[in-house]
Amino acid sequence: MANVTFDGIWKVYGDDTVAVRDLSLDIGDGEFVVLVGPSGCGKTTALRMVAGLEEITSGELRIGDRTVNEVPAKDRDIAMVFQSYALYPHLTVFENIAFGLRLQKVEKAEVEKRVTDAARVLGLEPYLRRKPRALSGGQRQRVAMGRAIVRRPRVFLMDEPLSNLDAKLRVQTRAEISRLQSDLGVTTIYVTHDQVEAMTMGDRVAVMRKGVLQQVAAPQVLYDEPANLFVAGFIGSPSMNLFRGTIAQDGDALVADLGEARLPLSAATLERRPALRAHAGREVVVGIRPEDLEDPAHARDPDAPRLRGRVVLREALGSEIVAHLATGLRDVDIDPEERGVDPQEAGIAEGAAVSGETPLVARISPRSGISEGEDAELAVDVSALHFFDPGNGLGISDAEPVIGASA
Amino acid sequence: MTTTEASGLATAPPGTREGARPAVGARITRMLTRAPIAILLAVIGIAWLVPTVGLLLTSLLLPSEIQSTGWWHTITDTGLLSLENYRRVLDDGAITSSLWTTVWISVGGTLLPIIVGALAAYAFAFLEFPGRDWLFIIVVGLLVVPIQMALIPIFSLYNDLGIFDTIIGLILFHTAFGLPFAIFLLRNFFVGIPRELLEAARIDGASELRIFVRVILPLGLPAIASLAIFQFLWTWNDLLIALTLGRDTQPITVAIFSQLRQFGSNIEIIAPAAFISLVIPLAVFFAFQRYFVQGLLAGSVK
Ligand SMILES: Nc1ncnc2c1ncn2[C@@H]1O[C@H](COP(=O)(O)OP(=O)(O)O)[C@@H](O)[C@H]1O
Ligand SMILES: [Mg+2]
Repeated sequence: MANVTFDGIWKVYGDDTVAVRDLSLDIGDGEFVVLVGPSGCGKTTALRMVAGLEEITSGELRIGDRTVNEVPAKDRDIAMVFQSYALYPHLTVFENIAFGLRLQKVEKAEVEKRVTDAARVLGLEPYLRRKPRALSGGQRQRVAMGRAIVRRPRVFLMDEPLSNLDAKLRVQTRAEISRLQSDLGVTTIYVTHDQVEAMTMGDRVAVMRKGVLQQVAAPQVLYDEPANLFVAGFIGSPSMNLFRGTIAQDGDALVADLGEARLPLSAATLERRPALRAHAGREVVVGIRPEDLEDPAHARDPDAPRLRGRVVLREALGSEIVAHLATGLRDVDIDPEERGVDPQEAGIAEGAAVSGETPLVARISPRSGISEGEDAELAVDVSALHFFDPGNGLGISDAEPVIGASA
Repeated sequence: MTTTEASGLATAPPGTREGARPAVGARITRMLTRAPIAILLAVIGIAWLVPTVGLLLTSLLLPSEIQSTGWWHTITDTGLLSLENYRRVLDDGAITSSLWTTVWISVGGTLLPIIVGALAAYAFAFLEFPGRDWLFIIVVGLLVVPIQMALIPIFSLYNDLGIFDTIIGLILFHTAFGLPFAIFLLRNFFVGIPRELLEAARIDGASELRIFVRVILPLGLPAIASLAIFQFLWTWNDLLIALTLGRDTQPITVAIFSQLRQFGSNIEIIAPAAFISLVIPLAVFFAFQRYFVQGLLAGSVK
């Protein structure tokens, strides 16, 4: 087991594609770190550089304090689960799992024991004599896992290992991988484009965009304190609502003026985000999580400030209602691909998007009497608002934005 | 195996009359569609089989009858048949030794180009090196170089090297001229093997050589088997190269050839010798045929 350090890693492909840009990341011994980001952001490339399958253009990669830039894959003592599984089709399940051990010249009895142990843990015992083609997708996935764990490597690398499974199996396997990883305590780097996987599995989550690391934090921190607009929009489903506004002085107090509505900033908010004061009179982006909106009739604070709009879509999910409101607020252009929401899921809201504005999405009480086509008001939990600088997209929190600040 | 599954799916569910009726019609249509091909194949099969059977029966004729009797008489008069010709041929030192010569040349001339060709194909398919694509294009270009062009230069080269009229000389010639096709065929097959398999093996700790032996060779078996058959047949049946580059190193083709006389050939030697030389590549074909399996990659990356 070992820690993994990316130190200013760059990857430029032959045709001048910068896949990874100055990536620095410390992954602790035994830690489970998820690399997440939209398709094409360089996650796989970053992982393959750790595996030794891709040359590092510049920067230094260390595994357990050893610089491995020039160490070939076979000598790195890592194991990788491929998105496609990459099982050896001509070998049985047993031989697939044993392949690495045989190369390491592990004793026969020991191979037998380790493979059977791994097969038991993964529920593969009945299939050991089968070839991969006679297995279901889920079983193949577990053979790929077995091949990784049986080697007892210092680092696990997994590239979207669940993307070929159906939804139900994915949830189940997600839990199994998490359990297995914490049982084995092996440092793990897990790549996915699915923010739900990222949030549920990682000790820490690293969000990437266009080859640039955006933020690394524990899942809850990422959710509560997104460092920038991208992370705010990417993490969370449905996505955070983002609107343009200004911080205005209202007597002694500060308000977020959204044009259609004015949301007062509570003392608590200002205490958490002292930097907001410096933004008085300036443009900001205000972020509201869908769950921080509520039907006033069911809100904890009935006097909370409200946002008004026409209900364009009402999705009753049983446990909650997801309401989409056309509000006339000024939205922020975010490429839908860069939101962490499955475009297919988001497709429902497309009708609303045609109107030229992003609807306000709220998760409200299932007992709400809200109905489609009618005007409605939603209470805003102003203590949970997020603020971003529209200039550089960075979150406005405890200090002035780091970018531009010289040491 | 795959076909069994497919036809199993295509059959209509049992017991449903409505389902059975179109199935019969469909079957007849299918038969009619296939009929021209079936007839063509039958004609080719018969055209190939008649002279072969004729050769077999001729080789089995009594030596006393062989000059005067046609092989078709044996069909009605089995008393004309005997193994006498084969006994004589196998007792003939010249014939058996040339059979062994052919075996050595063919085995060597098949194994060597396949081994070298597979290694080269691996490099062309999976390794990055400067000029790779150009080299491959040159190799493909070599496919069209006619053998005749090389006979005289190689003849003098072999004389200088002292390998004229040796088995190794013939093997090397067959290797040289078998390689372009071997590399071309195997490289094109290998590139179909998913890269992830090699990467998985590399991460599992395999060196390039091990990946080649443990992953690529087993998966390339169908291509290697077909190549082996082509190359074996080619070297086994070669007469031209053996005549040009050998004198006393006589493979069976040359031995049979030298039995042909201007007036009255030695049919009692030629027929059995020719049949033996025909049966062995056939046996090789059937031995390798079982490696022609489809879907070897199934279950790997999908
Ligand atoms: N072998 C390659 N050659 C050139 N460009 C590549 C190669 N592999 C990936 N890229 C490019 O690098 C970027 C990052 O790719 P990748 O790491 O696969 O992204 P992700 O895994 O996050 O979807 C993409 O723009 C992709 O087109
Ligand atoms: Mg990827």
